[in-house]
Amino acid sequence: MALVIEARGLRKTFKNTVALAGIDLRVEAGRILGVIGPNGAGKTTALNAILGLTSYQGELKVLGLDPWSQRDQLMRDVCFIADVAVLPRWIKVSQAIDYVAGVHPRFDRAKAESFLAKTNIQRGSRVRELSKGMVAQLHLALVMAIDAKLLVFDEPTLGLDILYRKQFYDSLLNDYFDRSRTIVVTTNLVEEIQDVITDLMFINRGQTVLNCSMEELESRFIEVVVKPEQAAAARALKPIYERQSLGRTILLFERADRQQLSSFGDSRTPSIADLFVALMSNQGTQPQGGSR
Amino acid sequence: MSTQSNALSQSFGSNNMVPEISAPVHPLYWSIRRELWESRSVYLAPLGAAAVALFGFMISMTHFPARVHEILSLDPMKQQHAFAQPYEIATALIMGAAFIVSIFYSLDALYGERRDRSILFWKSLPVSDLTAVLSKVSVPLLILPFLAFAIVIVTTSIMLLMNAAALVGSSFTFAELWPRLALVQSGLGLLYHLVTVHILWYAPLYAWLFFISAWARRAPFLWAFLPPLVLAAFEKITFHTSYVSDLLIYRVSGGSDASMDGNDFAANPHAPMTPGAFLGEPGLWIGLLVAAALIAAAVRMRRYRDPV
Repeated sequence: MALVIEARGLRKTFKNTVALAGIDLRVEAGRILGVIGPNGAGKTTALNAILGLTSYQGELKVLGLDPWSQRDQLMRDVCFIADVAVLPRWIKVSQAIDYVAGVHPRFDRAKAESFLAKTNIQRGSRVRELSKGMVAQLHLALVMAIDAKLLVFDEPTLGLDILYRKQFYDSLLNDYFDRSRTIVVTTNLVEEIQDVITDLMFINRGQTVLNCSMEELESRFIEVVVKPEQAAAARALKPIYERQSLGRTILLFERADRQQLSSFGDSRTPSIADLFVALMSNQGTQPQGGSR
Repeated sequence: MSTQSNALSQSFGSNNMVPEISAPVHPLYWSIRRELWESRSVYLAPLGAAAVALFGFMISMTHFPARVHEILSLDPMKQQHAFAQPYEIATALIMGAAFIVSIFYSLDALYGERRDRSILFWKSLPVSDLTAVLSKVSVPLLILPFLAFAIVIVTTSIMLLMNAAALVGSSFTFAELWPRLALVQSGLGLLYHLVTVHILWYAPLYAWLFFISAWARRAPFLWAFLPPLVLAAFEKITFHTSYVSDLLIYRVSGGSDASMDGNDFAANPHAPMTPGAFLGEPGLWIGLLVAAALIAAAVRMRRYRDPV
């Protein structure tokens, strides 16, 4: 499979903070990569580098191009939603469609119109008159009508209510995604992308904490609900994380002997959220807000 | 304008190879239209000024026949001035509105899109920073001057009709009024003044506003106007010289002085044009070079600075 994104030792420092401390990344065509990390982990910086919006050190190729020096060319095949609410507030829905149709050679107006027909968005409304969820729908309609090879979303559903969030990912998967496209999405809302992504990347403090496919995750990590009397024995097998839930002890193992673990209690694949908490705490760092 | 690609539209979610949709695109044209969607004051302000002028002129027409006799008792030079004055004021009002809009538009052009973060949307589309900046620069340097000129012509024509209507039944005929207004000369003079002064001579001033608009993190208005004034005052106090203020004055009025003989356009719109002297003025060419450099810097900043 062709590599859509290839980064080696991607670094970026701002005045007195290290935003990216050398990240390696390989994304093949047809994958949906979820990038997850606490606020200030470097997610947005990494995406900005991929989109040619910010300079960086290290090697980076997106669709075979150098995003920083070949940005204009890259933007014909890459589309992104950098944030919720970046559509200008003064623009009318019809103007937004006209403009994108006028400047983007791969924009299919009929597709955008038919997507909008499924929403309550009026053609004559200005963005400032729409609810936050509707603005996200409009932006998604514009982006999905573009026949792009790579689609990048940075926190696309931040601040939206649960209905819009669900709808957003449903539309993305059902109406847009096919094996010829590649999607990279960052979010803090881990649960909502659990069933969407094919690949997972955790980053913290500008470093990769985990980078694996969902299939690999299933075979690599296992969570066991341990009976109290066997807790000590289970702990001897070196779980990477332990938590208590409803009076039961839940241990998380990495690359453990499944046969052996099954005797301690029910086992299952951990949720991304639990895995995230486990790996982040093991870094000896509290997930924290802060400067980038 | 845009070509539909309905014929190429696909059913959703198909795994077939999607044919390359390649509709013809016109990034500069659509970027300029985009500017006019956003900044409606570009045409609303001069139109509003024209409406006010027309309204005032209409009221004045009710006692125009009486006023004609007063004017005709003046000496011929003053006659011409008295008849033409409302036209000159209307022109000045429209041009003044366009000029003020130009200044505020230019200062906001590259600053506003960063402030409201919409630059992240514009940058997600395949429109180069050069195209984006040039579309914005064309508003004060091409669109506004010629739009204002067209509005002046239309407004003047309507005033002329009102004048003619007010003279029906009067002993003073329209045929006698027309040569006293000298409207054709005024129109040509205005067009010449716009091209020489407002476009060519003021290009570096607008470019400076765009540069500040691209550079300033906040308060572009202050950054654009205060430093030159402070610098001039500092020079005067410290060295008792006035090179900076002379340069500023030259940049504001030098083009007008060079483009017409002895008098500036506002004082006498019928002064003889001196295009040769204007084109021979080194300040014109230096100014255009400075303008190009400032615009290039603005493009680079939009391209290479971290967004928002």
